[in-house]
Amino acid sequence: MLRYISRRLLSILLSLFLIITATFFLMRAAPGGPFSGEKKLPPEIEKNLNEYYGLDRPWYNQYFDYLVSIAKWDFGPSFKYKGQTVNDLINDGFPVSFFLGMESLLLAVSLGILLGVIAALNHNKWQDYGAMIFAVLGISVPSFIMASLLQYVLAIKLGLFPVARWESLQHTVLPALALAATPMAFIARLTRSSMLEVLSNDYIRTAKAKGLSKGQITVKHAIRNALLPVVTYLGPLSAAVLTGSFVIEKIFGIPGLGSQFVLSISNRDYTTIMGVTVFYSILLLFSVLLVDIAYGLIDPRIKLAGGKKGE
Amino acid sequence: MEKLLEVKDLQVSFQTYGGEVQAVRGVSFHLNKGETLAIVGESGSGKSVTSQTIMRLIPTPPGKIKSGQIIFNGEDLAKKTDKEMEAIRGKDIGMIFQDPMTSLNPTMKVGHQIMEVLIKHLKMDKAAAKERAIELLRLVGIPMPEKRVNQYPHEFSGGMRQRAMIAVALASNPKLLIADEPTTALDVTIQAQILELMKDLQKKMGTSIIFITHDLGVVANVADRVAVMYAGKIVEMGTVDEIFYDPRHPYTWGLLASMPSLDSDDKAELAAIPGTPPDLTNPPKGDAFAPRNPYAMKIDFELEPPMFKISDTHYAATWLLHPDAPKVEPPEAVKKRLRQLSSNYPQPVIVKESE
Amino acid sequence: MQQFPKEMFQPASVDLSEAEKISKPSLSFWKDVSIRFRKNKLAMFGLILLVLLVFMAIFGPHMTKYDYSTNDLMNTNKPPSAEHWFGTDDLGRDIFTRTWYGARISLFIGLAAALIDLFIGVLWGGIAGFRGGKTDDIMMRIADILWAVPYLLLVILLMVVLGQGLGTMILAMTITGWINMARIVRGQVLQLKSQEYVLAAQTLGASTSRIMFKHLIPNAMGPILVTLTLSIPSAIFTEAFLSYLGLGVPQPLASWGTMASEGVQALQYYPWRLFFPATFICLTIFAFNVVGDGLRDALDPRLRK
Repeated sequence: MLRYISRRLLSILLSLFLIITATFFLMRAAPGGPFSGEKKLPPEIEKNLNEYYGLDRPWYNQYFDYLVSIAKWDFGPSFKYKGQTVNDLINDGFPVSFFLGMESLLLAVSLGILLGVIAALNHNKWQDYGAMIFAVLGISVPSFIMASLLQYVLAIKLGLFPVARWESLQHTVLPALALAATPMAFIARLTRSSMLEVLSNDYIRTAKAKGLSKGQITVKHAIRNALLPVVTYLGPLSAAVLTGSFVIEKIFGIPGLGSQFVLSISNRDYTTIMGVTVFYSILLLFSVLLVDIAYGLIDPRIKLAGGKKGE
Repeated sequence: MEKLLEVKDLQVSFQTYGGEVQAVRGVSFHLNKGETLAIVGESGSGKSVTSQTIMRLIPTPPGKIKSGQIIFNGEDLAKKTDKEMEAIRGKDIGMIFQDPMTSLNPTMKVGHQIMEVLIKHLKMDKAAAKERAIELLRLVGIPMPEKRVNQYPHEFSGGMRQRAMIAVALASNPKLLIADEPTTALDVTIQAQILELMKDLQKKMGTSIIFITHDLGVVANVADRVAVMYAGKIVEMGTVDEIFYDPRHPYTWGLLASMPSLDSDDKAELAAIPGTPPDLTNPPKGDAFAPRNPYAMKIDFELEPPMFKISDTHYAATWLLHPDAPKVEPPEAVKKRLRQLSSNYPQPVIVKESE
Repeated sequence: MQQFPKEMFQPASVDLSEAEKISKPSLSFWKDVSIRFRKNKLAMFGLILLVLLVFMAIFGPHMTKYDYSTNDLMNTNKPPSAEHWFGTDDLGRDIFTRTWYGARISLFIGLAAALIDLFIGVLWGGIAGFRGGKTDDIMMRIADILWAVPYLLLVILLMVVLGQGLGTMILAMTITGWINMARIVRGQVLQLKSQEYVLAAQTLGASTSRIMFKHLIPNAMGPILVTLTLSIPSAIFTEAFLSYLGLGVPQPLASWGTMASEGVQALQYYPWRLFFPATFICLTIFAFNVVGDGLRDALDPRLRK
């Protein structure tokens, strides 16, 4: 177990190193300097700025400094917001994004599993078709369109929810729902096909031959095994929720890290883009690791030390 | 002898894309208390469908009991609802399946899978059920049952898993055990152990057994009576001696001739039965075995043979037993075993007119 | 006892070799797949939808007298009418023309990204799987590390750096997009390589290239085709997403993504500006998804319930 985790940590570090290096050099190669905004700056001011941000030093010094500072959890200053560091932006925005993300994660997982199980238990009946039409819609509609429509119909036309902003729990419902829609559809489809596969297994017939009722078989034998593939989807799911938040936070005017990131893209605020990208990468890599460890704990057939299936 | 189970004219069909598959076409047999009946046949002969229909494990749809009765303990199982069957499955009838690798839930402890039966049918509490599960594991010959009870199926070997399956099936002391090819997926040495175990447990618990297999060699060891199935019908049925020493149906001859045995010391070749079983979406006219039967007569292609009774316990459905039929010689391998059985009637008697 | 004519009991001449004949006509694998696919109504519906969409992408822009990029400031934000079938946008451009012009760009992005993924993926995964051993280890390790890089973040980063454009978008999407395909191909090759019939072919002295083309590729074709079909909608999805972040194809080019993200801003007042591009994005993604699902079911009948 420990060996497995340390090996995984090592490969995560390698990936992170690659990501940091790539972002650093990509940003250096980006067209136009960070200060080439609308107004041309006087040369001496630009020189001062370059000095302030250390941009006058050779690239390898900058690169090395960047690696060291990230290791110290310091993402550097923001190019656009004077006096603010990227760390400040993350500390301000991330709690909001985290809350929103968790809420939609919960929604996506619980509703998705529910839909998938109902569909599988009523295979080829109207419940199945209904759930799958719902799921296909969720997969076919891009999130920004879905979110705008939800906002337009439920908030603006019907007035059921606040239109935008981040003030009360009420304000969180609509964005969380919009953010959850696509992953929920994926989970529903995944749960359904996994349930159907499990239900056709021999041990389900054994359970039936023992005289267990349909409910007991579903709960004790089917769902547990059917959810194993869903657990592996939690990694990609957190990535989906995270990138989804860029769009959703912008539409609903939520002061989270996602909208901050989108703003920094349109502002070409390079240090912020770099910092947030690295931060998000760390977050995702570790959540994938957590999911894998959780999976190993849930499925008795998997021994994490060997990393192989028991059979 | 008291009858535990009586199956009367059972017909089971499956609705598929290609049409209705008549998997079981009018099967009748009975099983006495404490007796072992082997049902033998090729794959697709309907033997597994028959056994699963008794348990009502056939998925409906696409499966359907078209007609017939399954009288178990005086009740017709064919008429029971799924809910009513829950009280019988696992309690009065236990079942073992072919593949022990896939028949146990991989994510549930073996002990727990036995306890489920005890809790459901014998209303035991958890602690008592666990005690009993350990006892059962010991009974089926699993060493260190206290430790094994907390392990998962993948920590068991194939033979051990089948032992555990037997423990599950016998947990509530059922009156009938249906074993659907219980040894097919196992190594030959393990096969013998499992068979030995089943015979042993039957003696201890007085369970009746229906033993489904395609392997006649296994049958001789375990069964009291044998039913040979072909294309959804029983073509011959009798005691083990009658089937092995006085077979009458050419299909049974074929099966016996294709069976290797240690005592056949000469260089006689094993004879294969040519061809494949018929497509049961459109069962052929007449005797379904006729196209593969070297002894086939014209009538075999026209009319289904009636069931002939050769003794009180021996039945066979072949026109060869008709008084007008020519006398034929069974294959060499079969001829060598033939013995005159004293219980035979002077002449075979028709018991059922063909429809 | 019922009496039968004596001659009925004459031995019948049974041709036992007849019994060995297989009664059902045997279908080739792909014929079988196509029969199963055609039975799937939803998938067939998706396929017809795709054909229509492609037809309109080719001929749609020529069906009106308008040009996709010409502004007409006298006729801005007009609702659908006989004059402008899908209405006009804020610069007075005809939305019908732009929608089908955008279809070309969106479909092109989807197809190009998927095909590049296919090419790199099959090459990479095929070599890794077929060579095995050290080569496989190194190649898959590289893929694993790249795989760990969050996909959309990398795409965004690349778009920021490389600048907006059709080519850069496809490049950004494919830079790690091929890994999925490579993994699937490798998995297939590894699995098939150890299958008995390949071993049998090797034993019979078949050459490597014969094994490759006669056994491995046809059998790996199914999963590859499914992955390909399902990666097209995800590329179209990504295009729409990037457009919304302001990283789409630059004006005056029209893609469904850019049109929809402009339409979102005008949703309250000019809903048709969102309605048309959004509908066609959804229809396209839907169609590719159901065709992909249908293919998967048709290719692997075991999964069909």
